[in-house]
Formats: sequence, structure tokens, C-alpha cells
Amino acid sequence: MSELVTRRNLITTGLAAVAGYAGLKTAARIADRFGLLPPDHQGLFGVGETLTYASQRILMSGHPLAREFSPSEISKVAPINGKPPESDDYHRLAGGQFSDWRLLVDGLVTRPRSFSMAELKSFPVREQITHQACEEGWSFIAQWTGVPLAHVLNLVGVGERAKWVVYYSIQDDWWDSMDLPDAMHPQTFLAYGFNGHDLTIERGAPVRMRVARQLGQKSVKYLTRISVVDSLKHIRDGLGSGSPSVGFSWYVGI
Amino acid sequence: MSEHVAHPIGAFGQESIWKGNKCEWDDLRNLAILSVLEFLMADSVSVPALTIPSSASATSQRHSAVVRITHWINAISFITLFVSGIAILLAHPRLYWGETGAVGGPSLINLPLPFVLDISVINIRGAGRYLHFLSAWVCVLTGLLYIVSGVITRHFWRELLPSKSHLAWHSLAQTISNHLYFRRPREEEELSYNVLQRLAYLTVVFILLPLMIWTGLAMSPALSSAFPWLRTAFGGQQSARTIHFFVAVSLVIFLLVHVVMVIRAGFRKRMRAMVTGQSSASRTTK
Repeated sequence: MSELVTRRNLITTGLAAVAGYAGLKTAARIADRFGLLPPDHQGLFGVGETLTYASQRILMSGHPLAREFSPSEISKVAPINGKPPESDDYHRLAGGQFSDWRLLVDGLVTRPRSFSMAELKSFPVREQITHQACEEGWSFIAQWTGVPLAHVLNLVGVGERAKWVVYYSIQDDWWDSMDLPDAMHPQTFLAYGFNGHDLTIERGAPVRMRVARQLGQKSVKYLTRISVVDSLKHIRDGLGSGSPSVGFSWYVGI
Repeated sequence: MSEHVAHPIGAFGQESIWKGNKCEWDDLRNLAILSVLEFLMADSVSVPALTIPSSASATSQRHSAVVRITHWINAISFITLFVSGIAILLAHPRLYWGETGAVGGPSLINLPLPFVLDISVINIRGAGRYLHFLSAWVCVLTGLLYIVSGVITRHFWRELLPSKSHLAWHSLAQTISNHLYFRRPREEEELSYNVLQRLAYLTVVFILLPLMIWTGLAMSPALSSAFPWLRTAFGGQQSARTIHFFVAVSLVIFLLVHVVMVIRAGFRKRMRAMVTGQSSASRTTK
């Protein structure tokens, strides 16, 4: 056993540890520069998150589309998670068929403004039948109708320093963000229809985010505000989403 | 590690660093790299051939450094993957076939487990997904190191691939009956794997673990958009999830049998071989 604890081995181990730490720091800086560093990259778990996010961003640099299914493949059962908002504001909006509802788009954009339901519906309509999996393990196929987020972002003009798109729900603890490649992806959109009908209150009326290539938690319901930013560090807990603080990853392309 | 001095790389490393009592950064870096290389190679190149007479040494080389290091790192990641896998499974302990599945629709198997959504039950933030993905990376990266080194050192051909004589009916039957009757292995079996071990290890390394990685990747909505065959090969995301579960069960059964066999064959001796690389059994001429 004494052969294992020689001076040489101690020196080697020490050097390897220092080199490893410096290597990780440098790797993180390089990853950040190329947009390969997720907001929840801190700590030991952050190493795994960064490896997953960075490798997937590299593998998906061609922006592939999620598979789209035929109408006959739409699931008969599509469960709903979570309860509708209980605030008076939301009840008032719902009572008026959401005619008073506005979606604010601000941050690093040239022309910040808000959109009404009628405006969103006047934009090019996108329909897709895609698979949606929940973090819990269940999944369903459904048809979603809406306007591509890219269309709205192009209308307000995304600034040069922009890196992330943060989006908020009427439900205060449900907020999330995504990188620009996901935000500009043609299958990422502001959904107002589900299987041929307007979104019901349980499904997120009037408008929810729909991110086809990530798990359901990213598709935040009851949208109120979208904000384009260059850093997530100073937004709430700095982890880019409400999920990491309760044990779920920020990036759920998984 | 007594072969250090004779090793040409080792001699070079020692000479260049201490010249003129000056410690150059480049030399230090070279020494670090060379020492690691040397540590990894020293054992694998110094494995004596089985033909060395038994009087040559009291102890024999059993497992190379790469095998030992990757074994223990993977043992840890196996346990953390198992624990976090259970945490993830408990969120929805039902299995389906095809692309989709949810409560209210047809299921393949309803596991007799409770639905546990509240992760505070486990009371460690990140004990589920965060731990599972970190452990998966550790498992995959050390697994790759093991595979590459196993190919370079011909570990798979020399120690794991069963020979024709292993697979002959009478020898296969003998080994199976030894196991069925829980006969203790003979001493020379401490120096090489029997045919059932070889087949079990090869199955785990080249079938079960790759299948585990594949089904894991197939569940990813992002990766399956880039590589649809990841998912369609199994008939859908839920099929991949179900296979992921059953392969995990197979791996757990392997682990249990593995541990029982290690205890049965002599826990201290086998642990010593996997920790220090040495076996007290003497090599005999075959």
C-alpha cells in the first residue's frame, strides 16, 4: 500500500487537481463565449448540465425540426398539470374573454410594445401536431395553433446584444427563459389553440409558450410578458427559470 | 509500480525536471502528463504472461490501473444513477408502449409503487434529474476510457472474449454446475475469468450499457428532432422509456449477482485485487 502514497504520486495528484480546476474555469469561459453555458451551470451538478447543454447545442447547430405527426395520431388522453391562477386579475381577464389581456414584449428590443389577442391572431397562423413529454414521464400528441415567437420578435426588433428570451406567467412562480436559437426556432410559438379549439383556462388561456424540443415545463401557461436580455444573472435567482430551485434543470431538451 | 526506473518515459521525466535545480513550468506539466501516462501504462504493459512459472513472485498482477479506476468510478455512478433513477420513476411509475402514454390511457405495466411528485420526500434538491444526468456523464465518459483502453491493451480479447474451449459443451456445463452448487472457485480462477463471467461482463459492457445510453438519448425531445431514428428504432418515446426501465432492472440484477459472487469467491481477496491490482494467488504454468 505504501507504494501508492509516494511523493511522486502526491505531486501528480496535486498537479492534476490544479490543472483540472483551471481547465474547468477556462472551459466555462469558452463555453459562455460560444453560447454553450446554461444559467444553472454552477456547482457539481452544473458540470453535468453544461456537458448536456453544450453537446446538444453543437449537435443541433442545424436547427432540426421536431417530428410532426398526422391528425390520426393525436392522443385521446392529454392530461393537464397544475391549477389555473386564482388571482382576481386573471378572473377579470377571463370574464371579459381576454379582450383586455395584453402581452408585453420588452427588454433589448428596438420597439418595445404590447400585443392584444386580436393582434396575435391576425399574424401568420402556425399549426403543428407534435409530441409533448412531461418531466414526470407521461406524454401525448396534440395539435397546437399559434404564431411563431420569431415573428413577434422580428416585429419588435431584437437587439444585437440579445442572448436570452425570458417569459413570465400570470402565475408569479412560473417563469422561464430560453436561448435565441430556441426562441427563433420555427416550432417555438405563442400558442392560443389546442386540438382545433381556443386554449381552455386549464391549458393556459389565453396564450402559452410552446417549445417543441423541450419538456412541458418550458411551455409556460398564462403568458403576460416576454423580455429579451443579454444576461440572466440579475433576473430573480439568476438561474434562468423557476425550475432549478426546485430540482429541475433549466435546459430540458434533456 | 516497481518497473518505474526501467520505464523509458519515467527516466526521461525525472531527468528533465531536476536539471540545475530549476523547476520550469513546461517540465512540471510534462512530468504531470508523463506520470499519469506512466501510471496508466505501467501496469498494463507489465502484466506477466501466464507462462511465467509460479516461483517468479508471491503476488501476481490481477487488474490493470485503468480497469480498477474505471471500475470504481462506474460503481459510484451506478449507485447514483440507480438512486436518482428511482426518484425519477416515482414521479410516474407506469410504463407504456409506443410514442405516448398517460394516466387515463392504456398502459403496459402499472408498477406497484406510489406516485411521488414532491421531491422534498427525498429531501435533497437535485437528487433526481440533476444527479441522474451528472452521473450519466461520469458513467459514459469513464466507460469510453475503459473501452478505448480495452481495445488498445487488447484487454477484451485477452481476458474477456471466451475461447473455443470455454464454449465447449462440457466446460460450459461444468462452469454452470459449479455455480449452481455454489462451489468455491479454484485458485487459478482468481487469475482469469470463467466463461460465465466473461459472457456476463461482455453483455453488460457491449449490450446493456449501450442500450441504456441509447434509450436515454431516445427520450430526449431535442436529440430525437436531430436524430429521429434514435426514437423510431424502438417504436416511440414511451417504448424507449420502458426499455430503459427493463435494462436498468437487468443491470441491478447483474450488480446483485456480481456482489454475491465476489463475497462467495472471497470478498477480501477480490476487493484487494480490484483496489491494489494484486492477487495473492500464484500463477501456475498452464
